[in-house]
Amino acid sequence: MARRNPRFLRDLLLALLVWGVAASVAGSFLWLVGDMLWHGAGQLSWNFLTAATENAGRSGGIGSILVSTLLILAVAMVVATPLGLATAVLLSEFVSPGNRFAQLVGLSLDVLAGVPSIVFGLFGMAFFSVFLGLGFSILAGGLTLACMALPIFIRTAEAGLRAVPDDWRRGAAALGLSRSAALSHILLPAATPALAAALMLGIGRAMAETAALIFTSGYVDRMPSSLADSGRALAVHIYDLSMNVAGGDANAYATALVLVVLLIVINNIALWLAQNLLQKRIAQS
Amino acid sequence: MTKTPEPCCTPQNGSEAYTVGPLQSGPACCEPEPVIRVTNLSLRYAGQPALENVALDIYRGCITALIGPSGCGKTSFLSSLNRLTDLIPGCTVEGGIEIDGRDVHDPDTDVQALRRQVGMIFQKPNPFPLSIRRNIQMPLREHGVRACTALEEKTEAALRDVGLWDEVRDRLDAPALVLSGGQQQRLCIARALALQPEILLMDEPCSALDPLSSGVVEDLIQDLRGRYTVVIVTHNLAQARRIANYAGFFWAKERTGTLVEFGQCRQIFEEPAHELTAAYVSGMRG
Repeated sequence: MARRNPRFLRDLLLALLVWGVAASVAGSFLWLVGDMLWHGAGQLSWNFLTAATENAGRSGGIGSILVSTLLILAVAMVVATPLGLATAVLLSEFVSPGNRFAQLVGLSLDVLAGVPSIVFGLFGMAFFSVFLGLGFSILAGGLTLACMALPIFIRTAEAGLRAVPDDWRRGAAALGLSRSAALSHILLPAATPALAAALMLGIGRAMAETAALIFTSGYVDRMPSSLADSGRALAVHIYDLSMNVAGGDANAYATALVLVVLLIVINNIALWLAQNLLQKRIAQS
Repeated sequence: MTKTPEPCCTPQNGSEAYTVGPLQSGPACCEPEPVIRVTNLSLRYAGQPALENVALDIYRGCITALIGPSGCGKTSFLSSLNRLTDLIPGCTVEGGIEIDGRDVHDPDTDVQALRRQVGMIFQKPNPFPLSIRRNIQMPLREHGVRACTALEEKTEAALRDVGLWDEVRDRLDAPALVLSGGQQQRLCIARALALQPEILLMDEPCSALDPLSSGVVEDLIQDLRGRYTVVIVTHNLAQARRIANYAGFFWAKERTGTLVEFGQCRQIFEEPAHELTAAYVSGMRG
């Protein structure tokens, strides 16, 4: 009886549709990963990860590229974390919701979060490389990435701080604690999982960046000896191998695989931090 | 309203001295000496009046209960006493509040010192997400107590005062959030007592607790009489009647609360002067 019911058929169609769409999303991701594995896994070895690039990347490894990427990332995070944290604290703790300045800062962040990375690249080149005279360097690239990662980092950290129950703020105030004591002893520790997640999201955004780096940290594939040297990031290496280097496809695939694995690892750390630590706290309260 | 009434309880041990400190150290009696004087207090949220024209004296060492229906400004009144209203955007307070002769809303008032003198307990227990020990010691450290022995002594004394010591002495480093609701509330009271306040403001401290825990906390509040000046907001009329020396009845007219009647607890409950009070305490309204 139930099978002939038109409502049953409609529900069945709906179920097929949502399952089908979800399967195609997962499928395209698996295809992507499979494609990379198929073409790139053969190149992967300890030697590939550590050796210097040779013959414009057609042979050799990506050791210098990995080091450059991590250096750029480190510069970006060292600069972005204190700036972002301070702004998030200002927005969530120091100003009332209707404050004009806070609204302006919030609007700027939301616009910046949507600005294409190539625009950040041009800004970075004009400001850091040319105006400040940093040239094509890891420092310039890292600073540009810091600007790019800041909006998402600030917004996530701000949301994390806002999620800390007001009970604790009032409790701290009622005990005569100063604002800085409340922040350092209660609010920031309570928001740590969200802050960690914000940091990971920022890192994720910075790691995958190509356009903003071509103009700022450049594409010299040698091992950098200082932050003032130009350095090639993983994403730039992939772009160069696949667009400019004939016969570099296999290594481009392998590099992409390394980048994707790194991103998946970082994203999972972010998820784990956000869910595990946060839920433990919620379960306790 | 400002006329000084008769003492509300009989002095014990032949002394009327008011004491701050452990229960054993002195007699427990309240004195009809105003420690908080409120005159012509009005409070607005973004221009909308929430309290108007409140005037009352709160007597040293006594328990004063504030009763009345929800939304009549009792909590707002309580928060204005330790300037917690400062935290609420758009909240303005007018009129006079004097504690020990000092104007609370004077711009020169040291708010942190004021809040140390006037502790507050909230409806929902709010221990910090720290260990039991750190919950008590962190505020002490921030108020300048640095010596380890002093910190440990004060922690034990405060926990003993609220009857929590024997329950938690073996797990002081456990997270405070694993305690039961009643234990959490007692920890919050201990945290406030450790700072040696003179006045304790309590905003429905029992309403989020089960009846057993509520009874324990109520007994604790009784023990505070004479050692601290307690102002308690409660919706539990029987509780107000059991513990309070003085009672104030708030009522809201067109969303603006005001103090209808204030007097000795017995008088408010047995011979209310105002018909609204009579209707409320007899359960006919509110």
